[in-house]
Amino acid sequence: MSHSAPPVPDAAASDAIVSIRNLGKTYAGGFEALRDINLDIRRGEILALLGPNGAGKTTLISIICGIVNATRGTVYADGHDIRHDYRAARAAIGLVPQELHTDAFESVMATLKFSRGLFGRPPNPAHLEKVLRDLSLWDKRNAKIMTLSGGMKRRVLIAKALSHEPKILFLDEPSAGVDVELRHDMWQMVRQLRESGTTIILTTHYIEEAEEMADRIGVINKGALIVVEDKAVLMRKLGKKQLTLSLQQAMERIPEGLAGLPLELSEDGLTLVYTFDTQSEETGIAGLLRRLGEQGIDFKDLRSSESSLEEIFVNLVRKPKGNPA
Amino acid sequence: MNIHGIRAIYRFEMARTFRTLMQSIASPVLSTSLYFIVFGAAIGSRMGEIDGTSYGAFIIPGLIMLSLLNESISNASFGIYMPKWAGTIYELLSAPVSWVEVLLGYVGAAATKSVMLGLLILITARFFVAYEIAHPIWMFAFLVLTSVTFSLFGFIIGLWADDFQKLQVIPLMVVTPLTFLGGAFYSISMLPPLWQKITLFNPVVYLISGFRWSFYGHADVHIAVSTGMTLGFLAICLAIVSWIFRTGWKLRS
Ligand SMILES: Nc1ncnc2c1ncn2[C@@H]1O[C@H](COP(=O)(O)OP(=O)(O)O)[C@@H](O)[C@H]1O
Ligand SMILES: [Mg+2]
Repeated sequence: MSHSAPPVPDAAASDAIVSIRNLGKTYAGGFEALRDINLDIRRGEILALLGPNGAGKTTLISIICGIVNATRGTVYADGHDIRHDYRAARAAIGLVPQELHTDAFESVMATLKFSRGLFGRPPNPAHLEKVLRDLSLWDKRNAKIMTLSGGMKRRVLIAKALSHEPKILFLDEPSAGVDVELRHDMWQMVRQLRESGTTIILTTHYIEEAEEMADRIGVINKGALIVVEDKAVLMRKLGKKQLTLSLQQAMERIPEGLAGLPLELSEDGLTLVYTFDTQSEETGIAGLLRRLGEQGIDFKDLRSSESSLEEIFVNLVRKPKGNPA
Repeated sequence: MNIHGIRAIYRFEMARTFRTLMQSIASPVLSTSLYFIVFGAAIGSRMGEIDGTSYGAFIIPGLIMLSLLNESISNASFGIYMPKWAGTIYELLSAPVSWVEVLLGYVGAAATKSVMLGLLILITARFFVAYEIAHPIWMFAFLVLTSVTFSLFGFIIGLWADDFQKLQVIPLMVVTPLTFLGGAFYSISMLPPLWQKITLFNPVVYLISGFRWSFYGHADVHIAVSTGMTLGFLAICLAIVSWIFRTGWKLRS
């Protein structure tokens, strides 16, 4: 399963609500946290960024939101350059950070009013009430934040991010340290938001969460975006293995006699890749080999492999499911 | 201009002030009153006049400056240090606000509080010492200018500090000594000639002198020099803050 870098369309012209081009980040210590990220986030979708701890998910989000400076590359949010036109870009974005950073001494309502004002919006008590009710926080509106539980604080952070009616919502590890009930409430709320047209980007290192929520899934590992794919397509590919055939002689194209088979030819014409479903009873390998013989195609080597993406997923799934660091 | 953003920050900071009313207003007013009792009412009656002003009245401008400088710095530095410390700064960094708007909110609130404090001390002083104010408008202008300048200075300290000790070291080790040596309790003309020259390197001298001139019409240095020095310090602080925000120093990695 080869993945070529996505094409680089004109950022402003595409239907992307966030366009990331050649983005890189090297922290002061010299650590390269992100390398050459290219990504278009589609208007209205739920995109899950999946990756192990330390992959660079928070760094990527922090750059888009204006908390961390990019070292290289550009980002457009809602059609605005996040650096030169930061006001318009940031006004469109709401962020729920990974850590529970809250103003302990403020009341829930006061902190929401603060957030809304900070993002340049005039007061709107009706909207704030709706947000608080949707998150089951209305009863707690006059409570000081320090008196709330961790799960409640997470809800407050979500409410703050929604207080200014953002078009784009970033949820960084929304289910970290959150109980099952809140997790399901949150998923429910995210779906509602999507229906109302909000674009949602969430990061997670739980594969189930990505599977449950996302329209598309991006996988980040060691600072690189390995793959971005529709969830359905990805899930289909995940259930598959590949048979790689090294050919004796280069082919220009796949011969007609092999048409209709799930085959891909490498650019140099020397490698033929056959993708098959591990779940089905018939792999079709016997048939493939017979037809290759009929066509007179010789191969010098044959090897079966799991895709690198699958390896990453397996790796992730095998990780102990503790709280993220 | 993000007016709603400025207002949100300003309100947030003022709410913090009123939540901690005892610590932020009552305690400086009380400690300054003690000076008035000791130096004004008690010892002051045994001291001679300075430039025709009773000692108790003479020290009022300097004492107000002492409180003003310390409170402006500690308020503004604390205001921006806390979100850094608690992590809530993420919201400010991700908000559509320019550095000018951030300053108007944070420094505006800290300066408002200092002006309120200065006026409160002035009123309190009346209970212990008789004084008059020769140039009330200038007096108020100096009060505001000093509050703004040193709130800005405090804001820079709050950005720079990465622990509580650093937050307190400058007010404690630099500003308080400079104020005591800057003529809060004496006229610098009372010093030996060499020390008079050395003292002119102390920026607080110009603040106190200018402020005292607005009360009693005479000063250690000319009022124009005082005003110029204060404005100069304000300009330096503004330049530093704008540099910090443009580069993201200590704020954005
Ligand atoms: N301020 C920083 N300075 C230096 N390195 C950092 C900083 N923030 C994060 N990193 C490093 O960058 C890498 C990516 O971190 P992060 O984006 O938080 O990953 P994730 O959110 O995927 O867990 C990690 O190795 C982390 O240690
Ligand atoms: Mg993270």
